[in-house]
Amino acid sequence: MKPRQKRFAFIAVGVAGVSLAVGLVLYSLRGNVNLYFTPTQVFNNEVPQGRSFRIGGLVEEGSIKRDKDGLTTNFVITDTHKKIPVTYKGILPDLFKEGKGVVAQGKVEADGVMHAEEVLAKHDENYMPPEAADALKKADAANAASNAAASAPVAK
Amino acid sequence: MAINWFKYSAPTTFYGLAGKLIPWLAVSAVILFSIGLYIGFYVAPVDAQQGEFYRIIFIHVPASILSMFLYLVLAGYAALGLIFKTRLSAMMASAIAPTGALFAFISLWTGALWGKPMWGAWWMWDARLTSELILLFLYLGFIALHASIDDPRRADRAAALLAIVGSVNVPIIYFSVKWWNTLHQGSTIKFTGTSMHVAMQQAMFTMLAACWLYAAAVVLTRVRSIILERERNTAWVAELPEVKQ
Repeated sequence: MKPRQKRFAFIAVGVAGVSLAVGLVLYSLRGNVNLYFTPTQVFNNEVPQGRSFRIGGLVEEGSIKRDKDGLTTNFVITDTHKKIPVTYKGILPDLFKEGKGVVAQGKVEADGVMHAEEVLAKHDENYMPPEAADALKKADAANAASNAAASAPVAK
Repeated sequence: MAINWFKYSAPTTFYGLAGKLIPWLAVSAVILFSIGLYIGFYVAPVDAQQGEFYRIIFIHVPASILSMFLYLVLAGYAALGLIFKTRLSAMMASAIAPTGALFAFISLWTGALWGKPMWGAWWMWDARLTSELILLFLYLGFIALHASIDDPRRADRAAALLAIVGSVNVPIIYFSVKWWNTLHQGSTIKFTGTSMHVAMQQAMFTMLAACWLYAAAVVLTRVRSIILERERNTAWVAELPEVKQ
């Protein structure tokens, strides 16, 4: 091998080795790299006990209830399998809405409710004007209606 | 027409070529920045979820893409310099580093400005944000390591090794939103397509092209200075009209 090819091989092997090492480290630390737990993981007891952690998911439709003090909000985080009720006293981000992404940090107390210290909104990667979003919503509703009609038992 | 590319790997010829390219790159960058900002502010519609706030994407995404792309180019030049021992490669790597660091900083800064009103937090230690911060530190580390060694050839070799090892971080940044759950949303530009309204896409890609042209113009300007500095004792530099007078 020419010295030039030797140096190339050295670099290629070096990069492969470093990639493998970093890959293994990140793989073994994946639980710490993930930002939040899903409600399903909470039910499977995969979360740290007795200390604060984050839950991520969607705010369940129709679950937002505000207390009379005007500051406390109760809602439910769902990953469409399991649900965790959350109570939070404080100001919520503008994007906090039913059916949208949310990440809450706090402790799950004995009553099974997460008492959150911080609630963040997680938005998706789709960008479109309001008219297009409305059109999509209507199309979804129409699809759901026609599916329901198709699957409903025929009367008479 | 056959172009002898190796001709331009010599600082002597590349110095002149870069000098000819810079004005074209700079003027195109200014034109595309104007077009991109015009489309971004006046043509692109408001976003259904985020209203006007999303418009920071037109600088945030191009800056992020370039911070990663420039790092790969830097690492590529560093590797070429180590393998072929070409003088120009190491100079190019040194010339790219400050611009790459600038784009990584803009990406983090605009991300924080965007995160506060939308997510409710300036910063979150999630995989995407943390790996981008590491990218900024890799750039700064490259610059610092290169500056700390007096002999330029030894500085080139040491910094090149750091750059090549650090390139492992770039795929981690890109795939972080896929591999782990993060507060940062997934990629809007995917290999399979883009989940964005057409006018918004035009603004973003125009801004991306503008940032790329800006980066090319600035890097070539910087590499010309580095060439002059390192080759200051050679005959060809002494012969240059701008040096002679």
